This record gives sequence, C-alpha cells and structure tokens, in this order.
Amino acid sequence: MLETVKVSLKKLNIRSKIKSMSDTNLLLSITIFAFFMMYIGAVIFQGSGFLKPQTFFNILNANAALIIISCGVSIVMITKSIDISVGGVAALISMCCAVYLDFHQGNVVVAGMIALTIGLLFGVVQGFLVAYLDIQPFIVTLAGMFFARGMTTIVNTNPFNVANKAFVALKEIRVVIPGFGSINKIGKYVDAYIEVGVIVALFVVVALFCILRWSKVGRTFYAVGGSEQSALMLGINVKRTKFLAHLLSGLLAGIGGFVYFLHVGSGSASHASGMEMNAIASSIIGGTMLSGGVGNIVGTFFGVLSLSTIQNIVSSAGLDQAWWTGITIAMMLCLFLVIQSIVMARKK
Amino acid sequence: MHKNETKKGNLLDFMKGIFRMQIFIPIAALLLLAIFNLINDPSFYKITLGYNSVGNPVLSGYLMTILDYGSELAILAIGMTIVTAATGGQDISVGAAIAISGSVILRILCGTSSRPDSLQAPIIVAFLVSCLVAMIFGAFNGVLVAHFKIQPMIATLILFTAGRSIAAWINNNELPIVNDTTFSIFGGFIPGIPIPTPFFIALGCMAIAAIVLKFTNLGLYTKAVGINERSSRMNGLNPSFVKFLTFVILGLCVAVAALIKVSRLSSINYSVIAKDIEMDAILAVALGANALSGGKFNLAASILGAYVIQFLTTTLYKMNVQSDALSAYKAVVVILLVVISSPVVREKAVALFKQKKKLEKEVV
Repeated sequence: MLETVKVSLKKLNIRSKIKSMSDTNLLLSITIFAFFMMYIGAVIFQGSGFLKPQTFFNILNANAALIIISCGVSIVMITKSIDISVGGVAALISMCCAVYLDFHQGNVVVAGMIALTIGLLFGVVQGFLVAYLDIQPFIVTLAGMFFARGMTTIVNTNPFNVANKAFVALKEIRVVIPGFGSINKIGKYVDAYIEVGVIVALFVVVALFCILRWSKVGRTFYAVGGSEQSALMLGINVKRTKFLAHLLSGLLAGIGGFVYFLHVGSGSASHASGMEMNAIASSIIGGTMLSGGVGNIVGTFFGVLSLSTIQNIVSSAGLDQAWWTGITIAMMLCLFLVIQSIVMARKK
Repeated sequence: MHKNETKKGNLLDFMKGIFRMQIFIPIAALLLLAIFNLINDPSFYKITLGYNSVGNPVLSGYLMTILDYGSELAILAIGMTIVTAATGGQDISVGAAIAISGSVILRILCGTSSRPDSLQAPIIVAFLVSCLVAMIFGAFNGVLVAHFKIQPMIATLILFTAGRSIAAWINNNELPIVNDTTFSIFGGFIPGIPIPTPFFIALGCMAIAAIVLKFTNLGLYTKAVGINERSSRMNGLNPSFVKFLTFVILGLCVAVAALIKVSRLSSINYSVIAKDIEMDAILAVALGANALSGGKFNLAASILGAYVIQFLTTTLYKMNVQSDALSAYKAVVVILLVVISSPVVREKAVALFKQKKKLEKEVV
C-alpha cells in the first residue's frame, strides 16, 4: 500500500516537473533523449561500428555545414518566419567559389569573402522583402531557392573538382583528437580526427547559443516569435528584428556554404539538394517550434546529429540510400511535428 | 467643355473598373509576353498542320506547345487555388505527388513485368486507383494541416521530400515502359483531331470545377474559412473539414495531371517528372491575383495564369535558356509579382498617386 502511494507520488512529481518545464526545455530534453536512444539502438542493432569514436566524428565531419545552416534556419523559425533558400545558396556558393578558385586561380581568403557576400546578399534581400514589405516568408525564400539553383547552372553547368593547391591543403587539414583513436583492421593505431569545418560549426553553435540566451538581440528574437503584438507594445522594433533574423540566416548560409564547399571540394548544380529540408527537419527535431518563440541552438545541434545517425543506420542496414533516406527523414519530421502539436495542445 | 469632362470621368471610371478586375493582371501579363514575342520573332505564332508518325493530322507550333503543356498546370492550378483560398498556404508536394500517382498508374498497367507486351489492366482502372492513392496522400497532407494545425507548406514539405522516393519504391526503382497506342492518347492526340488531348482534359476539369462551384457551397465555404476561420466556425461551418476537403480535391487534380504526364512519355523518370511544377502552380495562383494568404479566389484568373506561365516558359525555351536555369528567371518574376501585389507597396503607390493629384489641383 505504502509502496504504491510512494510510486504514484514519484510519478506525480515527474509529471508536475514536466508541466512546470518551459516548452523550450521540454522539447530540448525530448530531443537529447531521442538522440541517445537512437545511438544506443544503433550500437545494439548495427554492431560495434557505432562504438568507435571515429564514427561519431565522421558524423560531425559530414554534417558541419548542415549544423551551421540549421542554426540559421532555427533563428529564423524562432522569429516565426522560415528560410528554405539555404540549400540553394550553399550550392550557389560552392559553384561560385569553385569557379573562382579553379578557373581564375584565386586565393582561398577571397573565396571565403565571396561566400559570405553571397550569403549576406540573399539575407538582405529576403529579409527586406519579408520584414519591410510584409510578404510571406515561404514565397520569398522559395523564390530565393529557385533563383539560387537556377543561378548555379547559369554560372557553370558541369560539375568539376577543384585542384587549387592552397584550397586542397586547407581541405586536407585534419585536427587530431588525442585519446580517441582506435585500432584498425591491420592492427595499426589510427588517430581520431575532425575537419576544420567542425571547429567552425562548434564555434558557431556556442556563439549563437550565448547570443540567443544572454544578449538583448537574442531575446528579442524570442519575443517577436512569441507574439508580434506584445513585442511591438514592449517597444521592440519588430521589423528590424525579423530583418536581422533573415540577415543572420543568410550569413550563416554563407558560412555553411563555404564549409560545405570545403568538405566536398567541388562545384555542382546538384550539390546540397534537399539541404533546406534537412535543415528544417533538424531544427524541428531539435525542438524549434514552427509557431515561433520556442527553440534552442543546442537542440538544433542534437537535431542534426539525430538526423544523420538515422541516415547512418539506414545506410548501414543495407537499404538503398536514395529511397530510404528521404522516407526516413520525412517520417521523423512527421513524428516530431505531431509531438510539437501535442505539446501545443497540452499548453491549452 | 463640361460634357467632355464627364466623358473623361466615365472613361476613367471604366479604366479603374478594368484595373480592379482580378483577371486584369494575367491578361496584362499575357499581352506583355505576346507583344514581346511579336517584336522578338513573329514566327513564334506560326502554326503548321503536319502529320505525326502514325499518320494523324497534328497542329504544331509554339502556341500549340503552350496549350499542350499548360494544360496540366491549369488542372493543378484549380486545386492549388482552392487550397490556397482555404488554408492561406500552398501545397508544395504536388510535383512529388504526381510522381507517386504516375508511378501507380504504370505499376497497374504493367502488372508484374516492367515491359509488358500488352496492358495488364484497363486504363480506367489504373487511373481510378491512382486517383484514390493521390487522394489518400492529399488526405495525409490535409490531416496534418487541418487536424494538427501545421502550416501547409511545412506539412507538405514532408511529402515533398519523401514523394519521389515513394514513387521509385512503388515500381522497385525500375523504369516501366508501356507499349500501347491508346494509353499515349491522353498526353498526345486523339486520332483525327489535330488539337492536343491534354487541352480537352483541362477543359473537362474546368467544366467540372465550374459546375461544382456553381451548384455546391464549396466555393462559399472555402472563402469563408480562408477569410476568417473563427467566424466561419461560429457560423456553423467546420473549418477543419473544409481544409481537409480542399487537399483531397487537390489530390484529384494531381492524379489527372499525373495521367497526362505519364501518358506523354509512356514511361516515368522519378527524379525529373513534374520537376519544379509546384513553383509553377504557385506562380499561376499568384499571377491570377489571388491572395496567397487565403480568402477570395478566382479560378478563371488562376487558369489563365497557368497558361501565361507556360507562355513564359516556352518563350524562355525559345530564347535558348537551359531548362535548369529556367527557375532563376521564374523566381525573379515571382518576386516582382509579390512585391507589386504586396499591400505595403500598394499603399505607398496609392499615397504617391494621391499626393500627385493634390499637387496638380493646387497648381490649377
């Protein structure tokens, strides 16, 4: 009798704790929990491959660009807007940088500047249209996506690899992480490594987390996303905030595009296809709500990791990648959207 | 003098009336394109009567291409307009949904082998099943939007990603080819009639849509839900159901468009079929001067908009623009359109106009 009372009390405690949690924290904990469950599941069902630290680092290496881009998308989504042009922008940046480095023998720093400029341009134009002309963000950024994809083919049609020496040297830099190496099949010890892009991505995540958590600008993003009207009454410049969010998203798409380019090392019109979808999916899985005002950069980071873990599981299970990746991502997105909608209902 | 002024006033009112008409924008765009082509190359309008490989009389020329390829877009525009009106969002999964239902049609026609000598099932059965499948996928979108209250574009993003994969999966990633002359009629020509069949199919769809809108309350209800969801609920409507229904109707339109698309090739290419058509469909709705944020709609304007989009596409093709680069030009057109029709710009323009008038009066 006493036992059952105790158990029920415990349950009650957890439930009240969950109820008192803010939406952001609740969704964040769901995400982190889901990621660890998934990784443990992968280890159990797919064998020890997932136990090697390098497997985890490879996920980071392959998704550094996605992490950066998803952060931008999350910020835009927190302000109750959306940006689906990011994939196209990344492709355009890869192509422009590739053409500049390979055909014109340019230097890497200028290529980086080109990437940032393109990203910023997209951010400024889209931000202006969304914030100051009050046009639906989806239409604007859909047009932005198609424009970027079309421009990529106009810049250059055929895919090609970049052979610029300075660039290849930068691309080949491996940052060794001591203590996480493993012994390979021949019995040789191999160091664990990450690429340069991952360091950039981690830096971006930490910086944005701090900005969103503690800076004035960061808090206004949440305020505007939560309720535009109340934000207006608090004296927040709503239009400028929205503009800033899109600007930031464009800038991050610029950085992410360059990191992506650094990872693939080639220019192609079909690069980063579906990346906007992956970015939105990661943000949603990471607990950013479409209805605005709720979200967390750390959640987005874990969202990207969950997404790519699922992809890794799917591909190592021997299912044909091209089909199944799309379907699994869509299913995950669907699941998390429904969870969000339930969380929303709980509030009411 | 006085008489003259009133005449002038009447003319001004008349002009204002025309400008205010919703169908004015697509017509103006059409005229603009038509004049551009006339100056650029008058041979654009040449239509020749020839015979195709089977020996049927066939009209060919750029105008025929527009009528032909604009038709599936017009059919999609019907559904897209209604969805836009009711939900204030757009369905961006139509291209992927066309891939799915096209794949279903081929799967049923081909049976177990991927290259059968004869059809394994009647075409009507295949079409009806694909209608059903497309409506189920439409219903899936509809449930997400109406029941779970997810923004339409995000909800349809799910099918947008997964759709082409599902289409490939339905046919085990094979590329089935149908060898049947009756099947190719839907995307080609009826023997003896030189006008492409898709145009007749589109006409049929328009007629059905017109009848449905005339004799049922569908149009009224979608407008009511789109304009103000809460007040429509208070008036006894069920907004969720109306939204759901519009997505199912769009599913039906998708199935018809898919039939035409698949029949054209007698085969399917999962990653290319109906590529970027969601953009064209949204553009058609926008060009028809329908508010993309929902509310009132005008089907005729959307349909005309669809043909104008195809006019634009054909013009660009004629100017040797690569098919992959087309989207960049269209994106510019979309941005221009939405900027012109955005309320903020309109208000500014009206204010400017009034100021000018005031100044003129002061001068007088």
